[in-house]
Amino acid sequence: MILLISTCKNKLHELEFVKPIEKILINLKTEFKVKHYLKLLDKDLISSEKIIICGTSLKDNEFTNNQDSFSWIKQTNKPVLGICAGAQIISKIFGADILKKKEIGFFTEDFKKDFLGLKGKVEVYHLHNNCTTLPKDFTKYTNSKIPQAIKHKTKPIYATLFHPEVRNKVVIENFIK
Amino acid sequence: MKLGILLSGGKDSLYAAYLAKKAGNELTCAITIDSENKDSFMFHTPAIKKTKAQADSMEIPIIIQKTKGKKENELKDLEDAIKKAIKNYEIEGVVSGAIQSVYQSTRIQNICNNLKIECFNPLWQKDEIPYIEELIKNKFETIIISVAAYPLDETWLGKKIDKNFIKEISSLVEKYKIHPAGEGGEFETFVLNCPLFKKVLKVKNKKISGENNSWRMDIIF
Repeated sequence: MILLISTCKNKLHELEFVKPIEKILINLKTEFKVKHYLKLLDKDLISSEKIIICGTSLKDNEFTNNQDSFSWIKQTNKPVLGICAGAQIISKIFGADILKKKEIGFFTEDFKKDFLGLKGKVEVYHLHNNCTTLPKDFTKYTNSKIPQAIKHKTKPIYATLFHPEVRNKVVIENFIK
Repeated sequence: MKLGILLSGGKDSLYAAYLAKKAGNELTCAITIDSENKDSFMFHTPAIKKTKAQADSMEIPIIIQKTKGKKENELKDLEDAIKKAIKNYEIEGVVSGAIQSVYQSTRIQNICNNLKIECFNPLWQKDEIPYIEELIKNKFETIIISVAAYPLDETWLGKKIDKNFIKEISSLVEKYKIHPAGEGGEFETFVLNCPLFKKVLKVKNKKISGENNSWRMDIIF
């Protein structure tokens, strides 16, 4: 069972930020359930094998006011993938700072080593007004000033500031496999 | 939340609006960009002058913004129209029918971000055929009003988007790389009825023009 965590304040945004990821999981014939972070129960975390924290809209930063809802990330040993808002949440939990950085649309990122199937120069889809500093104990996988794709040095915790569900589904597929 | 519909007249903008309403949002006004450029990448042109009839049927006001359709200028015109909608109808966001087009959605996202309003793309990344099936299931009565790709010709004009259409278009997808929802501009659609409308739009007259694989049908209600 894969747990998809929604970070969207407005339910309509789930069609844009959660549904495309559900579609990838359906194609992989993988079981999943969707929970909003404010409704997350311990049993949801316990019953899941892997966890994906989805993104939300440019204007929606409500998740930053509810950082306590994500304290479980620091204790878990389960694989976690954070996308955009999810990446910011993971980074902040591990001590990083949130900085202003607007990127909207396709940008080329240079992956210096394989990140869940992405290597070399890859066009990725960005939709964010903020980025983070590199959290302690994490490795940056891109040749970029700001962390675009990072992984914890010892735990299976991944984060992408870009949206892999748009044109880079392989990231999610490899995370699931 | 009060939303403005970016209304082109076609199935995508209206289905996106339908999903927005279903999720509990209020559709406060429609915004249509009337581009003089027939090849505009941003705005569909064939039935753009007919969106007023759709807005009337939904009983919501419409802002029609004319543009010469020159690349980034038309974006300025879109921004001005959204600004008007914020001022006159207090919209807090817009809903758009973008499915795969990063070109389109990036530009709308940027404008909304600058104006500090929400941007909703409820059809984002949807698979084409299941999407068309969903449209039919939800009682969207849609017709083809223009074609612009081989092997589509004038015989497709006026065709209803129904189960037969799915069969016919599916057979062309692989062979001719036609996008089955027409998002690449292969064909444009117009919605005559849907659950958002208070009354059905009835085509009283039509005028067909074009050549080879580029045809359009002007409709009169």
